[in-house]
Amino acid sequence: MTIRVDAIIVGGGIHGCSTALHLCLAGMKPVLIEKDYAGRHASGVNAGGVRQLARHVAEIPLSIRSMGIWERIEELVDDTCSFESHGQVLVAENDAEFDACRARVAELNALGFTHEELIDAVELRRLVPAVAESCPGGVVSRRDGAADPARATTAIRRKAEVLGATVREGVAATNIRRQDQLWLVDVGADTYAAPVLVNAAGAWAGRIAAAFGEPVPVETVAPMLMITSRVPHFIDPVVILRGRKLSFKQFANGTVLIGGGHLATPDQDRNQTVLDWRSLAVSARTVFELFPVMRSATIVRAWAGIEAKTRDDLPVLGPSARHAGLYHQFGFSLHGFQLGPGAGAVMTELIVNGGTQTRIGDLSIDRFHLSHPKT
Amino acid sequence: MNAVPRRDNYDVVVIGAGPAGLAAAATAAEAGLSTLLLDENAGPGGQVWRAIASTPVTERDRLGADYWAGAELVQAVRASSAEIIQRATVWSLDRNLEIGVSVGGASSFVKARRVILATGALERPFPIPGWTLPGVMTAGAAQTMLKSSGLVPDGPTVIAGQGPLLWLLVAQILRLGGRIDRILDTTERRNYLAALPHAFAFVTSPYFAKGLAMMREVRAKVPVVGGVSELAAAGDGQLATVSYTGSGRRETVPAGLLLLHQGVVPNVNLAMASGIEHRWDDLQLCWSPVLDRDCNTSVEGIAIAGDGAGIGGAGAAVVRGRIAATSAVEALAPAAAAKLAPMATFRAALAQAERGRTFLDTLFRPAPQFRIPTGDTIVCRCEEVTAKDILDAVAIGATGPNQLKAYRRTGMGPCQGRLCGLTVTELMAQARDKTPQEIGYYRLRAPVKPITLAELAAVPKTEADVQAVVRG
Repeated sequence: MTIRVDAIIVGGGIHGCSTALHLCLAGMKPVLIEKDYAGRHASGVNAGGVRQLARHVAEIPLSIRSMGIWERIEELVDDTCSFESHGQVLVAENDAEFDACRARVAELNALGFTHEELIDAVELRRLVPAVAESCPGGVVSRRDGAADPARATTAIRRKAEVLGATVREGVAATNIRRQDQLWLVDVGADTYAAPVLVNAAGAWAGRIAAAFGEPVPVETVAPMLMITSRVPHFIDPVVILRGRKLSFKQFANGTVLIGGGHLATPDQDRNQTVLDWRSLAVSARTVFELFPVMRSATIVRAWAGIEAKTRDDLPVLGPSARHAGLYHQFGFSLHGFQLGPGAGAVMTELIVNGGTQTRIGDLSIDRFHLSHPKT
Repeated sequence: MNAVPRRDNYDVVVIGAGPAGLAAAATAAEAGLSTLLLDENAGPGGQVWRAIASTPVTERDRLGADYWAGAELVQAVRASSAEIIQRATVWSLDRNLEIGVSVGGASSFVKARRVILATGALERPFPIPGWTLPGVMTAGAAQTMLKSSGLVPDGPTVIAGQGPLLWLLVAQILRLGGRIDRILDTTERRNYLAALPHAFAFVTSPYFAKGLAMMREVRAKVPVVGGVSELAAAGDGQLATVSYTGSGRRETVPAGLLLLHQGVVPNVNLAMASGIEHRWDDLQLCWSPVLDRDCNTSVEGIAIAGDGAGIGGAGAAVVRGRIAATSAVEALAPAAAAKLAPMATFRAALAQAERGRTFLDTLFRPAPQFRIPTGDTIVCRCEEVTAKDILDAVAIGATGPNQLKAYRRTGMGPCQGRLCGLTVTELMAQARDKTPQEIGYYRLRAPVKPITLAELAAVPKTEADVQAVVRG
């Protein structure tokens, strides 16, 4: 049976769900197709950082747009998503790193961005009392925070469904094709047809883009995280390091999430990852040195989510350069969770209005295909 | 006995030194393969032969002949070239056959060409009202105390549930002078009828005469209430009473200790965390690994033997351990395999050892009300999630155990689902009118047993680390 809808979204991560939700808010009836279930991969199992801090300049406008939505996320999806805003702090471990922080904040200020603020050792110690004495300072983004990624993705999906989106989980989108100005996608025995197709398939999105003549230099990665048993409350903000791969967050229940981008080996077609414990041990050593209070905590679980990483570590967001009605929203390269709400809103503006006030020009797919010299 | 593995690589690493693991290690080592046997307990024996080499219970008839049968196998392994490490907690195994193991607070990694998992069974959760009260414990925990320390209950004690282990434990407690005031038998009446077609195999199996004698011995000393269909523990911060409905009566009795047991199920945590495919077993009502006839799993190089491969008891476990190890020898050292006993003898022995199992599985199939709780009864102890909480989450969109984590954090606590997993699967299957196979199980992840951050931080550095430091 062929079912006519307003838009077909492939991929039930936070991006696909957010676009579905915002399309519904704009009065459209989308279908969201997810081969597993919403939030099964990176969107449901990432560190949950809601971070504007330390982002590439090209995606700062999108991040700021998204932050505004996070701050009223409960209004939007009828669920707190466990969002809390205790700031995110970037720690410089030595003077050279601190100098780099100073230069970065100056650069942002010159561009008109004020969300990042240089802090000295005294303020760093006030925000993160447990941090090692030797750290000279860092950068804070005070509105930043964290949310529960599985809960948030699930809540956004649920609200999209309440507002009229059709969510098809557990069946892959196949045989994607264009016919008579419409995009057609098979889902089991059904075929969906719509003038709009959104490619938000995460680690699987590169294959769709390539199939339509827009290959993107994208690889499948699986950043690892681990979580500890409950320890007494000792830290509020999310902490990341300037020089080493580490991110660090204590939840309200006392458990501590340790991440930072060490990679597992993904097995995309099996939906599996093989953890690299020697790299996790490097994270453990960093925490051991920086936060003595953590030394006796136990590691309860480690995992990795499968996602897409582009060559330039920036997402692909915007219309296809080759096909009318095709939109790309993927390649978030280990930092897409916070961008989810904003990217869905922007994508909806692109689809409904043909443009957006949010500056995303540097994220378009043709940056890989036009005049950029090969390196 | 050494504290850490002597080598980085072994032909065969066997995990668990119960009947299956001991048999597997003995077979592999005997064939000349470099063999490492890792076991979490202080001594070999697993659960069924716990503390076989150290128990203070010396009068042999108290623990029964089956218990002492383990001593011979322990001797065989100790006499072999197999390297045995006790108090070794395996916390990670992956499809590359790399094993993370913690011994004495220090972790290291070893690689194997073949891994044989013999991680045995766990007691099935028994989620009744009040099961989390202090004073309520599993029969298995009581048996552990009995075997390793000779401790038996001396206050008012009620034991409830069903299955061979329940009767065995009562017999052992009574023989050691312990106290059991009442047995509440939860076996469903209709199970007797369902099991009848399998009775012949059972009557002619080695279980029959032993089981009958044991039940007779117990019934002579302890009142038994049959057909118990409702059960609840109550007390203010501590168990005080046990209420039940059985044989047409409701009754509440005082109790200081309530022992619960409704059978054992495969301990799947390490196997699932390493990516091995499992399927729901409709007869044994649990997850069992998908295995070929040589006990090989869906992950190349990993085999599972013993009760972890599906409940079969100690006799079957020994045979399955030999089959798994023989298969490893055939793959790694074909010349040596020719000298081992032929596989056919093991297959015949396995058929004999499994005789009567269908009868037991059918007769002692736990009743739905003791597997699938309702209302305020706790399901997940780590996060204190009730049956109602889970049904509420299902009502707003949670479709399976992994999705449920987003709503209630079930299975995310330190027990890694050992105490709630089966309950959650069956509860959600019932609520969504699906089969347990369709509903699925938690995706399990290493470390399957917690390790400290300090221990992980202290693992030997990689070459890449060292180079980074040299360059820096």
